[in-house]
Amino acid sequence: MHDLNNNLLEIRGLSKSFPGVKALDSVNFTLERGEIHALMGENGAGKSTLIKVLTGVHKKDSGYIKLEDKNFEASSPMDAAEKGISTVYQEINLLPNLSVAENIYIGRHPMKMGLIHWKALNSLAQKALSKLDLDLDVTLPLSSFSTAIQQMVAIARAVDIQAKILILDEPTSSLDMTECKNLFVTMQKLKQEGISIVFITHFLDQVYETSDRITVLRNGRFIGEYETAKLVRFELISRMLGKELEQAMESSDKKTANDISEKEPFITLDNVEQKGVLKPFDLEMREGEILGLAGLLGSGRTETARLIFGIEKLTAGTVKLDGNPVNITSPKQAIEQSIAFCPEDRKTEGIIPDLTVRENIVLPLQAQKSFFKGITRKEQVKITDRFIDLLKIKVSDREQKAGTLSGGNQQKLILARWMAMNPRLLILDEPTRGIDVGAKAEIEKLIFRLRAEGLSVLFISSELEEIVHICSRVAILKDRKKIDELSGDDISEENIMKILAQESRADI
Amino acid sequence: MKGLIKKKKILMASGSSEQNILYPWLAFVSILLFNLIFTDGFFNLEIKNGHLFGSLVDILNRGTPIMLISIGMTLVYATGGVDLSVGAIIAISGAMAAKLIRPDYVKGVLEYGDQTSLLIVLLIPLALSFILGLWNGFLVAYIGVQPIIATLILMTVGRGIAQLITHGQIIVFEHSTFQYIGSGFFLGLPFPIILVILVFVFTWALTRKTSTGLFIEASGANEKASRYMGIPVRMIKSLTYGFSGFCAGLAGLIITADIKAADANNAGNFMELDAIAAVIIGGTINGGRFSLAGAITGALIIQGLTTTIITRGVPPQVVLVFKAVIIIIVALIQSGKLRNKVSKLMHTGEKIS
Repeated sequence: MHDLNNNLLEIRGLSKSFPGVKALDSVNFTLERGEIHALMGENGAGKSTLIKVLTGVHKKDSGYIKLEDKNFEASSPMDAAEKGISTVYQEINLLPNLSVAENIYIGRHPMKMGLIHWKALNSLAQKALSKLDLDLDVTLPLSSFSTAIQQMVAIARAVDIQAKILILDEPTSSLDMTECKNLFVTMQKLKQEGISIVFITHFLDQVYETSDRITVLRNGRFIGEYETAKLVRFELISRMLGKELEQAMESSDKKTANDISEKEPFITLDNVEQKGVLKPFDLEMREGEILGLAGLLGSGRTETARLIFGIEKLTAGTVKLDGNPVNITSPKQAIEQSIAFCPEDRKTEGIIPDLTVRENIVLPLQAQKSFFKGITRKEQVKITDRFIDLLKIKVSDREQKAGTLSGGNQQKLILARWMAMNPRLLILDEPTRGIDVGAKAEIEKLIFRLRAEGLSVLFISSELEEIVHICSRVAILKDRKKIDELSGDDISEENIMKILAQESRADI
Repeated sequence: MKGLIKKKKILMASGSSEQNILYPWLAFVSILLFNLIFTDGFFNLEIKNGHLFGSLVDILNRGTPIMLISIGMTLVYATGGVDLSVGAIIAISGAMAAKLIRPDYVKGVLEYGDQTSLLIVLLIPLALSFILGLWNGFLVAYIGVQPIIATLILMTVGRGIAQLITHGQIIVFEHSTFQYIGSGFFLGLPFPIILVILVFVFTWALTRKTSTGLFIEASGANEKASRYMGIPVRMIKSLTYGFSGFCAGLAGLIITADIKAADANNAGNFMELDAIAAVIIGGTINGGRFSLAGAITGALIIQGLTTTIITRGVPPQVVLVFKAVIIIIVALIQSGKLRNKVSKLMHTGEKIS
């Protein structure tokens, strides 16, 4: 038990709902003085919502936040910073055209007779940076420095506003090894000065390297608070990915891996690479197979899907379809090769909210034909009604705007769109994220049915249970690289987590 | 025959999706009503030599350039862009036509030489306008320049190009068949009106009877999702700019043929702004859904205002102010947000009373 007086920040029972989602469900968080505390969880776990409520971007629904035993409420991130909680975001929130000094003191310029006191400004900035062992020409524009330096400037600014708490949101995602090390040294230094740091990252190695304690969130709920030294990696991963759907799921008929593996693969990725994004890997898929991509956030799951669908171009390697090399450089070409893709971000990449349900379903079909050879209205209606019926999409009218549907129904709409095309390979990127349990089960059933019809599915999910339940083979990704593959009875949450928990070799 | 019937049956998606153009029509009707009460003889129509004359015909006739470029602008707007260069393209197209008719005029030669064939006088400026439009589209769709910047380039440079063509002079000319484009009559109506009807029907059929309109709306409403569905977003964008250029070129020909002169400095000046206003008044406000009929109505409102003000003897300097006021009013009425607020206010008012 730690000393209560040592608690700098105390969050208890914090809840926050957005229309249709409970983003935070009675979350607790405790930050001690002078500690580095890692906040962990997959996408949608509630990390960013927690930070946003804390820093005044969102208003809490219930629960309390206490800073130094006093109720704390910020009206904006600026207000939060003035009250002692500063945040440095992943995408650095500074002004690239202004000088380093201006960036550190913007909004708090030292004044002299109503005018900005430039000399004082620059020397103060120099001093603030020297605290972080940084010596820069503070009059140069920020954009003339590397991302790592810009981040340091952001930290200098945050610390200079007399921060008691510094929140670092994915600070290392665009830094290289040495830059990371430098950042960690700075973090230790700040910690020694008594500043508490909330560290959000998806790199496990960094968590173990820097943090004192860990809080894990999952699906908006508080899972637990642990001392880093006492929590082994495997445990951490299992807490993060966890068992989600406890209710008995109908047993899947997936253990047919053996008969499938005798078939020839119809799509083969050979030594495929996207420089800077994905390290070279092989992958093959057979008809009637559901291949899962498992891995933590940032492991390269979505990137792999985007590469196969032609959104990104591969820089090396070959893709073969039925044994013939193909060069897919755009989604249009991928669709021509009977590949379909349901993106992770339904709202911005999937549906067209302003168009009707019917239009959203027939669009890709129409796009495959020439401009003038259309599908008659009658046919469109027939197709639309068939899929509304088949997938049980809840609509009041087929001419309803797609944006007015619920998340689950939007997902079904996108599935319907692709099913109408009869693809051979369907890529599903987090198809069940943010939709209710009922719709989830329906979508899973649908995937099984499609598989039975000979379709192959590439299934991406951050919920291991789902992967284990659905997939007949699983490729495991870590740090932008495929590290292993499991199939048939070897697929289990435990095996996947064991593979993920292996310390990354080499590299460091 | 069979093919024709089949084609007829093809009713493309979004055939029913023209936006509500009730409000712009109300605005236009109220302009007419105003004139019915206050302007004597506004509604008089007379037939002279088999040609129809009157203020109403005049509004239509004078409004043809704006209507034409509004049609092109609507499609550009629907893809989420804007085309500022149409005024400059009007000048280029007109200058080109005049230069083709009197190639040596700029050197001081007043003789015509052989009369240039009508086909050349029409096709070369129109092709040039289309290509200039495509250039805009290329910058926007393939290079990723913001539409306002990309077309601003041609807006500025274009007038320079037009002046290069005319050597800074006003080329006056006579060309009886070409002049027909601007001042001829067909079936009793001024020929430009017939041209607008043709272009409108063509564009409407192209966008609403084939999938083109749906693709344009999809590209403008969600570019990323459209691309992931295999829609050739870039090509569609480029073509809408090309089409907008073509419409502007046609408008330039009408203006030039009407005044029998190419004035590189003034032809089409500020007309891009009128067209943008017409499109917005017509209900095409963001990328996505668009309304061609709305844009035509918008153009009629703007021309109706101008004609009304001029026939009432208001000094032309004030015309712009009047236009601005009316545009603000119609735009506010168009705004769904404002309408909601007002209706909410009314409701709370009811509750209180």
